[in-house]
Amino acid sequence: MTRKKLTRRQFIAATALSSAALVTAPYVRGAHAAGKLSIGFWDHWVPGANKASTDIVNEWAEKEKVEVTIDYIPSQGNKNLLTIAAEAQAKAGHDILAMPTWWPHAQAELLEPMNDVVEGLIKQNGEVNGTVQYLGKAGNKWLGVPACVGSQIKGPCSRIDLMKQHAGIDVQAMYPAGSAPKADGWTTDTFLKAAEACHKGGVPFGIGLGETSDSVDTVGAFFLAFGAEVVDAKGNVVVKNDNVRQALEYYKKLMAFLPSDAPSWDDGSNNRWLVSGRGALIMNPPSAWAVARRDAPQIAEQCWTHGFPVGPKGRFAPFLPYFWSVWSFSKNKEAAKSVLTRLSQPDAVEKMVAASGGYDLPAFEKLTTLKTWAEEGPPKGTLYHYPNPHKHQLLSISASPAPPKVAQQIYTQATLTKMCVRFYRGEPMEKTLAWAEGELEGFMRS
Amino acid sequence: MADVAIERNAAPRTARKRASLRTALKRKSTAAFLMTLPLILLISLLVIYPAFYSLHLATLNKSMQRFIGLGNFQFLFKRETFWLVVEQSCIFAITAVFFKALIGFIVAHFVHNIPAKGQRKWRGMLLVPWVIPPAMSTLAWLWLFDPSYSAFNYLLAGVGVDRIPWTGETGWARFSVILVNIWFGAPFFMIMYLASLKSVPDQLYEAAAIDGANWWQRIWYVTLPMMRNIIAITTLFSVIVTFANFDIVRILTAGGPLDRTHVFATWAFRIGIEGGDIPLGASVSLFMVPILAIAAVFILRDINKRGNES
Repeated sequence: MTRKKLTRRQFIAATALSSAALVTAPYVRGAHAAGKLSIGFWDHWVPGANKASTDIVNEWAEKEKVEVTIDYIPSQGNKNLLTIAAEAQAKAGHDILAMPTWWPHAQAELLEPMNDVVEGLIKQNGEVNGTVQYLGKAGNKWLGVPACVGSQIKGPCSRIDLMKQHAGIDVQAMYPAGSAPKADGWTTDTFLKAAEACHKGGVPFGIGLGETSDSVDTVGAFFLAFGAEVVDAKGNVVVKNDNVRQALEYYKKLMAFLPSDAPSWDDGSNNRWLVSGRGALIMNPPSAWAVARRDAPQIAEQCWTHGFPVGPKGRFAPFLPYFWSVWSFSKNKEAAKSVLTRLSQPDAVEKMVAASGGYDLPAFEKLTTLKTWAEEGPPKGTLYHYPNPHKHQLLSISASPAPPKVAQQIYTQATLTKMCVRFYRGEPMEKTLAWAEGELEGFMRS
Repeated sequence: MADVAIERNAAPRTARKRASLRTALKRKSTAAFLMTLPLILLISLLVIYPAFYSLHLATLNKSMQRFIGLGNFQFLFKRETFWLVVEQSCIFAITAVFFKALIGFIVAHFVHNIPAKGQRKWRGMLLVPWVIPPAMSTLAWLWLFDPSYSAFNYLLAGVGVDRIPWTGETGWARFSVILVNIWFGAPFFMIMYLASLKSVPDQLYEAAAIDGANWWQRIWYVTLPMMRNIIAITTLFSVIVTFANFDIVRILTAGGPLDRTHVFATWAFRIGIEGGDIPLGASVSLFMVPILAIAAVFILRDINKRGNES
C-alpha cells in the first residue's frame, strides 16, 4: 500500500479552492432548507378551532421551507403553565410558546424581544389596548406577539327574557346589534337593582366568588370601576383607601343577591348556571353561550353578550390576552418571527376568529369589527358587542395597575375575592384591610 | 528481597481475589443488589435528583438569580397563610389517618369473620375505592358535592333537609376533603389489618377464652398487641401519603374557600406553578420533610423497641 504525502502548500491550496467553491456555489433550497421550528399553541376549547392555526402554519411552512411541529397544550390542569415552567427551567423546548396573561412578564428575562414584529403589526392593524401593553411589554421590550387565539373579554352574558321580566331591562336595546351602545343608564347601581330583582325572581346573577379566574376577573373590573387600587403602579401597598372601602361595601350588597354557594364556584360553575337556565346573567366569554347553543338552544336564543356597568371611576371589562412568545434559547428565531407575523395578518385572524365561533379576540383595534361577531347567532348579533367595537369600555385586568409580577400574585391568590368574602361574612372592614395589607406586602418579593 | 517476595505472593493473591469475587457474586445479597440496581438508578434519577434540585431551588430568590440561603423559610414563617396551611395539613392528616385506621380496623374484623367462601368477594368489593385512580373518583365526589347541583343536596331536599354548602363553607369544605380521603384510604388499612389478623394464631384466642377474656379483652390484650407493628407501619405510610396529598384537595376545593382547605402540596402548587414563584413553592413543599421525618422516627423507634422486647 502506497501513501502519498500531502505537503503544507498543497493542503493550503486545496482548502482555499474548496472554500472558494463552497462560497460561490449556487444556494440550493431543500425541502426544509430554512430549518426546524416547534410551536406550542394553546389547545382551544372550541372543537375544530385548532385546525385554523394548523392550516395557516402549514401553508406558511410549505412556502418558507421550514419543518414545523405543533403541539396543542391544554390549560386544563394548568398543563400549559407546567410546560412554561418546565421549559424555562430546562432552557429547552418549543421555539414559540403560547403564554397566557401574566406569563410573559413572569419569564421576561428568558424571552426574545419582539419589538420588530409587534411594532410592524401595530402599524398595519392599529393600536393595541392598554392591558395588552401592560401585560406584553417590559419597559420598551415586547415580550410576545399579542395572540388572537385564546384572548377573551369576560363581559356580561345576559338572558334577554329574564332581564326584561324581572329587572325591566332590555339588554338588546341597550346594546343594539350593529350600532353603538346606549348604555348610559347601565350603572353599577342599576346592576345592583337588577341583581336584587332577579334574585327575588328566583333567577340570581351567576357571579362566582371563588379563587379561579372568572371570579377574580369580575371582582377586579368592579374594583376598577370604583377606582379601588390595592397596590399602585409604583408597587406601593395602598389598600387602605376609601375607594377600596366603597368597592367592598358595594360587593357586600351585591353578594346578598348572588347564589349562597358562590364562594366555592370555579370557572365551570357560571357556565352551568347559565346553560341550566337558573340565572339571568353571568360574566363570561361566549363559550357558555356556545355550549348552550349546542345543549340548550332555547336558552342560547335568549343570550346577549354586552358591556359592563359603569362605576364612579369608569366602565371596565376584564380582558385576558394570550401572547405568542419566543424563547431566547430558540434555535430559529427568524422563522419564529416570520410565522408569528403571518398568524397576525388580517386574513389569518379572520379565519381563526371564525373557527372559534367568535371566541378569540384580536388585540389590534382595526380587527375588532369582523363579520363573525356581527353574524353569529342565534339570536343574530348576540356577539356584536363582545369585542368592544365601539371602545365603550376600558379593557382591563384584575389587580392592575400594580407592577405585573406583584399583580400576578394578587390575581393568583384571589386576594380581591377573598377580601369581599371575608367582609361579607362579617369581618370588620379594617380587619379585612389589615389582612389584605399583610398579604400584599408578602407579594413584594423579588 | 522484598521484590522477590512480592512476585512470589502475587499469583496466589490474584487467585484468591478471583475466588472471593466469585464467592461475592454467588452470594444472595450481591445478586439481589445487582437485580435491584436498575431500580436504584431509576429512583436516584427520579427521586433523589429532584429532591436535591428542590433543595437547591428553595435557596434561590423569586427570580432564581440569587442565592438567599434560608431566606424563603424566614419569609414563610412570617406569613399568616403559611401557618394556616401547616395547621390544616396537620388536621387533615391526623383526622384522616385516625378514621382510616379506625374504619379499616372495624371492617377488617367484619371481613375476617365472614366465612372463607364468600370472603374474597367482599375483599374485592371493599378494595374498589382504593384501586380507582383518586383523580377520577374525586371527580365523581365533586359532582356529589357540587355547589349548585349536589346529588347529596338533592337527596336531602327530598327528606326536607336544607341544602348543605359542602365545599362553600369552611367547616363543610374541610369535612368533605377529609371524608373523600378516608373513603379512598380506608380500604388500604382494611387489607393490611386483615392480613395481620389472619396471622394471629388461633391458640392465643383459645387461651384467652379459657382465661375467661371477654370480646373487648381479646381485642385489647391479644389482637392489638399482635397487630402493633403493622398498625405502626401502616400509620406511618398513611401519614406520609396523606400529608403529601394533592389530587383530592386540588380537585374538590382547590384549597378554598378562603384558603381553608389548602395542604402543603396544593399551596406549593398555587405559589410555585400558578403564581410563578418556584423557589417559594419548593420551600413550602420541603417544609413537609422535617414534620414527616419526626413522625417516622417517632413511629419506627417504637417498632424497634418491641423488636428488642420480643
